[in-house]
Amino acid sequence: MAADPTLRSRKPDPARGARVSRSPWREQAESYFVHHRKVASDSAVRMWRTPVASLMTWTVMGVALALPVALLLLLTSLQGVSAGWESSARVTAYMQLDSSLEQTRELAGEIGSDGRVAGLELIDRDRALEEFRASSGLDEALDYLDENPLPHTLLITPEENARSAEGVAALVTFIEGMDGVERVQVDLGWLQRLNAMTDLLARAVWALAILLAAAVVLVIGNTVRLSIESRRDEILVAKLVGGTDGFVRRPFLYTGAWFGLGGGVVAWILLQLSLWWLSGPVERLAGLYRSDFSLNGLSFDGGLALIISAMLLGWLGAWVAVKRHLDDIEPGEIAGG
Amino acid sequence: MIEFRQVTKRYDSDHTALRQVNFHLERGELAFLTGHSGAGKSTLLKLLMVMERPSAGEVVVGGQVLNSLPRRQIPYIRRHIGVVFQNHQLLFDRTVFDNVAMPLEVMGASPRDTGRRVRAALDKVGLLSKEKMNPLQLSGGEQQRVGIARAVVNKPPLLLADEPTGNLDPKLSADIMNLFAQFSQVGVTVLIASHDIALINEMGRRILTLDHGNLIAGGNPMQGGSGGR
Repeated sequence: MAADPTLRSRKPDPARGARVSRSPWREQAESYFVHHRKVASDSAVRMWRTPVASLMTWTVMGVALALPVALLLLLTSLQGVSAGWESSARVTAYMQLDSSLEQTRELAGEIGSDGRVAGLELIDRDRALEEFRASSGLDEALDYLDENPLPHTLLITPEENARSAEGVAALVTFIEGMDGVERVQVDLGWLQRLNAMTDLLARAVWALAILLAAAVVLVIGNTVRLSIESRRDEILVAKLVGGTDGFVRRPFLYTGAWFGLGGGVVAWILLQLSLWWLSGPVERLAGLYRSDFSLNGLSFDGGLALIISAMLLGWLGAWVAVKRHLDDIEPGEIAGG
Repeated sequence: MIEFRQVTKRYDSDHTALRQVNFHLERGELAFLTGHSGAGKSTLLKLLMVMERPSAGEVVVGGQVLNSLPRRQIPYIRRHIGVVFQNHQLLFDRTVFDNVAMPLEVMGASPRDTGRRVRAALDKVGLLSKEKMNPLQLSGGEQQRVGIARAVVNKPPLLLADEPTGNLDPKLSADIMNLFAQFSQVGVTVLIASHDIALINEMGRRILTLDHGNLIAGGNPMQGGSGGR
């Protein structure tokens, strides 16, 4: 009646898990990796066997991934431009017409010694007129004037830490309060508008990226669900001979990751192609605006990050499908009547 | 090795598949399970495989009570039970070798170990020369023997068979039964569900007979209960 002790010892022991008796851990770990490699290559081979279907899934993923990444790249390019302009933001102070060069020099010395000022250039009214004459083409019209209409001008470059919108505004107030200063001009308004716009765009892009990532997860989930259906028999047998849930899931998780890999590569190719296609016109347009604006492509690291995120998304999609459908397949129906 | 204590299995629709079944099988014992179709043979096997849980009573395998076994532990119990099906449940997308290797793959056996044990199992059923073939290329009897090789490849202490000779001619059926007898001689407990009465009587082994969910013959008399009704 009592169970044989040798058999008793064969009952499953949670601490022992799947370990086979006598098998040293090194061999165990080795066969674990061998198994992973086998499952990974099996899943890849299965994908190659249906090239058209796989390519379509990759393309869907690629498009869904390329779109938000392209917008992100555009955004970083724009932010680079505004950052460039911000660093070259200059405060221009126009003196009153009747202030003398001496007075202006004195003032320049005072402003130049302020901690927030990195550099200062004084353009006296004669030089200003010359420059204006040279660049405006109003040569003759200027000759009709009795006297030089231009004031002495100070070009002030703020210190690095004073370049924020508030810092510049404070500096402007400080200079405006000084004697002999007629008007202070700083062209920050449009910069702030550009910044606000890129901030808004950034949020929109992230919202779009999240939606499209969800779409990718669902697409992979559906594809993996079909693959689970087509391998039903195999799953049943694996469960019958004592395959754990992890064992049964593994091939499908790899399938999801491979779909992600393909999708990531397609997305990268799409991005490089559209960049190549757009770079000519963008350069011409930037040239017309005398801007050094250029579209930044994806760096190698960025591309790698794109592919890894795509694989993670694929894995996640597979996991969702596996979680929902694999538990439904139980070998109960296998032994009929 | 196997013990049923007052086991009752009721399905939702007022259908009682097993009623207070009592019996036990010793290590190395070979027994047949017979009865009309729908008598509860498959239900009894499913309880042993933990595909179903009893509504009442206890099912014990190798000293382990299966009733309260957490779901996570089920795979580890199944690794100690070899099963042979009437329709053999082979996979036709892989070779005979790979089919037989599945229980070892599931356990994480090393490739070297796997090769050795699969060939030993195939040798035992006389199919060593066909390891690289697809099961589709084999005859019905050969397919059934592949199924048996898969069931015994990891040397389980318990072997269950559900109508293993259902589709085979008498000569092949006798061969298969002899194979099962050999396993029981080396200490494997074997339980075979079958309604091939002629073949069963020929074997002269213990016979458990089910009738509408009651065990009407072959139970252990000393335990009393419905087994000796």
